[in-house]
Formats: sequence, C-alpha cells, structure tokens
Amino acid sequence: MTEKQEGMVSPQKNTAVRHFQMPDTLAGKLRVWRFLIARRIVQVGVLILFIGTLQWGWTLFNRLVLTGNMSSSRLLDIIPLSDPFAVLQLIASLHWPHTDALIGAAIVLVFYLLVGGRVFCAWTCPVNMVADLAGWVREKLGIRSLFIVPSKTRYWALLLTLLLSFILGVAAFEWVSPIAIMHRELIYGIGLGFIAVLGIFIFDLLIMARGWCGHLCPLGAFWSIVGRTAQIRVAFDDASCTRCGDCVKECPEPSVLSFKEAAQHGMVRSGECTNCGKCIVVCPENSLSFNLRACIRTCSSSQSAHGSTS
Amino acid sequence: MSAIDRRQFLIRTAQMAGVAACVAAVWSPLVRGQAHAAAHALRPPGALPEEDFMALCLKCGQCVKACPFKTLKLATVADHAPTGTPYFIARETPCEMCVDVPCVPVCPSGALDRSLTDITKARMGLPVIDREICLSFRGLRCEVCYRVCPVRGKAITLNIVHNEDTNRHARFEPVINSEHCTGCGICEKACPTEESSIRVLRHQFVQGKLGEHYSPSLGEDFKIQDIRQGTDIAKELNPGDKRQAAPGVGYFNQPGGREGIIPGAKP
Repeated sequence: MTEKQEGMVSPQKNTAVRHFQMPDTLAGKLRVWRFLIARRIVQVGVLILFIGTLQWGWTLFNRLVLTGNMSSSRLLDIIPLSDPFAVLQLIASLHWPHTDALIGAAIVLVFYLLVGGRVFCAWTCPVNMVADLAGWVREKLGIRSLFIVPSKTRYWALLLTLLLSFILGVAAFEWVSPIAIMHRELIYGIGLGFIAVLGIFIFDLLIMARGWCGHLCPLGAFWSIVGRTAQIRVAFDDASCTRCGDCVKECPEPSVLSFKEAAQHGMVRSGECTNCGKCIVVCPENSLSFNLRACIRTCSSSQSAHGSTS
Repeated sequence: MSAIDRRQFLIRTAQMAGVAACVAAVWSPLVRGQAHAAAHALRPPGALPEEDFMALCLKCGQCVKACPFKTLKLATVADHAPTGTPYFIARETPCEMCVDVPCVPVCPSGALDRSLTDITKARMGLPVIDREICLSFRGLRCEVCYRVCPVRGKAITLNIVHNEDTNRHARFEPVINSEHCTGCGICEKACPTEESSIRVLRHQFVQGKLGEHYSPSLGEDFKIQDIRQGTDIAKELNPGDKRQAAPGVGYFNQPGGREGIIPGAKP
C-alpha cells in the first residue's frame, strides 16, 4: 500500500478499486489463459519439432526441420542456431568455436535482443513449465518459502559461471545446467539427469518460491542483460490504473513490476521481465498490454504533450 | 563513508565472496569430476584430443542424428561418458566408417575436426588383445578380427609363428598396427569369445609415448657410435672411431658372451 502512495499518483484516483475476477464462461477463461496457452504451445512445439526431426525424420521442402537441441541446432538443415550463453562460456574457457556456432549464436542473440531476452525463459525454456507447475502447487497448498535470496543473486551466478569456465577450461554451466539436461533428455532419451529437473521442482515448491528461475539461474541473468534492449514490452496506461496490485501479485519475477517505474516510462522497462503476459490478463482495467517500445515512447510523449496543453 | 560503514562494507564483501567460494567449491568438482569418459567410451571420428573435445562440445547431438547406423549415443547423467557428449561402445555398435563421414561436418562448434574427410585417417581408439583368451593366440584358426577389419590387411596383420604346443602347426597371431587402425571397433564387435578378447580403448589408455629426449635407436637417424661407442659393430661402421666401449656394453660381441646371457645359445 505504501508503494502505491509513493508512486506517481495520477490526478484522479477516486474510482472504486476493482479486482481481477476469473470469468465463469469458458470463452472468458480461455481469454485469460491466452498467453499461457500460447506459451505452452511454443514451448512444447519447439520440443516436438526437435523430437520429430530426430525420431521420425520430419522434413520441410525436403530438408530436416530442426536438428539438435536448444544448445545448438540447425533449422531446415542450413540455418545454424546456438545458445549464445553456451558459446560465451566456450570463449571464456579459451576455446574458440567453429564459425557455425558463432553465426548461430549471433542469430539467436539478435532475435532475443529484439523480442526481449527473457522471452526465452517464459516462451521457450522447458524448465519454465516445471517452475510454473511448482508455483501453482505451492499456491494451492499455501507453502511459504524457507528462505529467499535477492533476485540479483543470478548475476553473481552468471559472473561465477564465466570465472569458473576460465579457471576450469570447460563451459562451467553447460556441464551442470538442468535446462540443458531437461531438453536434451526429453529429445534424446530420459536418463538419470531428470533427477536435476525433479530437484528444481522440489526446490521451487518447498524451499524458495520461484527460486531457480527468479533468483539463481545464470542463463536467466544472461537473458536479463540481453533483454534491456527489448522492442516488445508491456505497456502501462497510468490513467486507467487503479493500483489494485493484482498484476504485482501475479508477476512471477520479483522486482520487475513497480508502479513508479511503469508510470514514469509508460512500460515495464526491466530486462528481467519475461513477457509472459500474466500481468496483462489479470488487469481488471486493461491498463497493461504488449506493445512495441517505439510505439510506447511516441504514445507516452504525445500523451504528456496533450496533458500539458490541457 | 564512516569507519563503521567501511567496516560493514568490507565484512559484507567478504561474506559474499565466501558464499561464492562455497558455491564454486561444490560446482568445480561437479564439472571436473564429470569430465571423464570411460576408457571404452569412444568418440566420433575427427574428435579433438579428449580435453579439447570436452571443452568445445556443445552437447547438441547433431552428430548423433547424422549417424546413419545409430552408432553414436548422447550420454545421459552417470553414463559411460560425461552427460550430453556423444560416444559409442564398440562391442554394442561399432563405427561403420561411412566414406562421407556424415557426423563430422554437422558439428557446429568444431569439437569434431572438419579437416577429417578421409575416414581411414580417423583415430577413435586403439585395440588391445588379451593374448591368454584370444583363440588365434591359442592356436585356433579364428582370425575373425583380421577378416572383418575395414582397413583390411593393414590395421590388423597376422604374425605367423611356430606353435610350440603342438610343435607341428602355426599360430596366426593378430597384431594391431596403430599407423593404420582407425579404432572403429568392428573387430571388437565380431570377436567370438564371450567377452571380447580384442577391445578398443581411447589412445590415452593404450598408447605409449617416448620421452622427447629419447634417442630413436635403430630408427632412420640411428648413429651407432652414439649408443655403443667403441664396440665391434661401431668400429666396423665407423673405422676411424678409436673410442673405448663403455663397461658392460660390448659383452654381446665377445666370444661366449651370448652364451652367458641366453642359456643354450650357440656362440
């Protein structure tokens, strides 16, 4: 409540504060779940493309659709794609990779620089499904965190990854990454590595709320830094917002949503925002929406210009 | 910044460094301990030396997909090889040595060296033979390994020796020639003994190496005066050499010397 008062309060805020209500109709529910459904389709779809290509040899234009896994792959047998963080670790370990890996990493990096770094986290990363499931169960059972570390811890994990890669001479995170283990084993066959995935589920459920994705994952930290230039952002309409706080409650990322910041810039600026859309669908006033950064800037500047003349 | 603040800041920094050190202490052995493949877990053709291979491999499995015989597998956790790296076990599925080497050019990181285009230049491992169990060494006409070898007559040759056990037969002993062997493992797969008597292991577990300082004796650059100066052979080869033989070196050439070493040998 104090945060709301500190925030840049719009002139008129005496309308009654409404809260989010889950619609009764299926159509309404589907509308609320639209981003969730889209994310699951993308997450599962990417995995199915990998599995289909490997197991059943799926082709398009006579070319294999998607070979490899999320660490590195080839699209249509020609376009190389690589995880830029994995390639960065190779370089930190003083091993210069082949040009294919470098080009692949550049393509993926440019894509996420445009759509938002952590779009990977919410829309592609398979561990997100595990974390979301753990979060959902935790909410249902009302389990509270044993302890919480600052969400900035992930940047230390990122720094430590690069440092250890340099010292040990191998890509330090790639060797233990539960993300890599999960997509690799889903695609190439499940083995003992799935214990790591179970570990994340238990950690998120019983020990720390959103512990892995929201606090510790160095890959998330990498994408957070990349995400600062994101062109797709959650736009915020200060005029219609009643500061009910439903979006803040729904946001899976600690410290991403702040009314003060959002009102000042007309959008959620933090690179840590995963563009998951959870805040957008619960807003009872429709004050939040996806928009292009350029649009948001021109809109907000025209708005403020309008405001000053009236 | 007051003294108390500075003190607090320093303590806080030390604490953070402590946490990082603890995490690193758990993390490093995980990485380092993992980074060992079993001796019989063979890498795809063109793989860089093991250390470099494991550092560069992105664990994407594109070589696994490219392998038409499903020889290559991607290791899971606690497998024969570190998690995510490609390997094959020769006794289960050996490398069929495709002439176009499809697994190598798909490697995005260069962990598999693309300069390998001739599969006979691949060096995936080197076989060792259990001479006690090998049927050929026991005097039987087996030689299956010799017959199935794709580098026929070069990688495995037969050493024909007299069989003292029967005193009237020959033994056809298989001999591995590291100069030609690719380590494909087809011999290991084909060996008829219950546990294979010929096993392909990665080079580091099999192959010896001379020290840099070691003189390559009896090789092309062999200079007899360096090794056996003053001996009869040396004098014969280098008539001008007036040096004396080192003590204990010339015994082989002295009359009766050979008899003293090998009982029953004729002088």
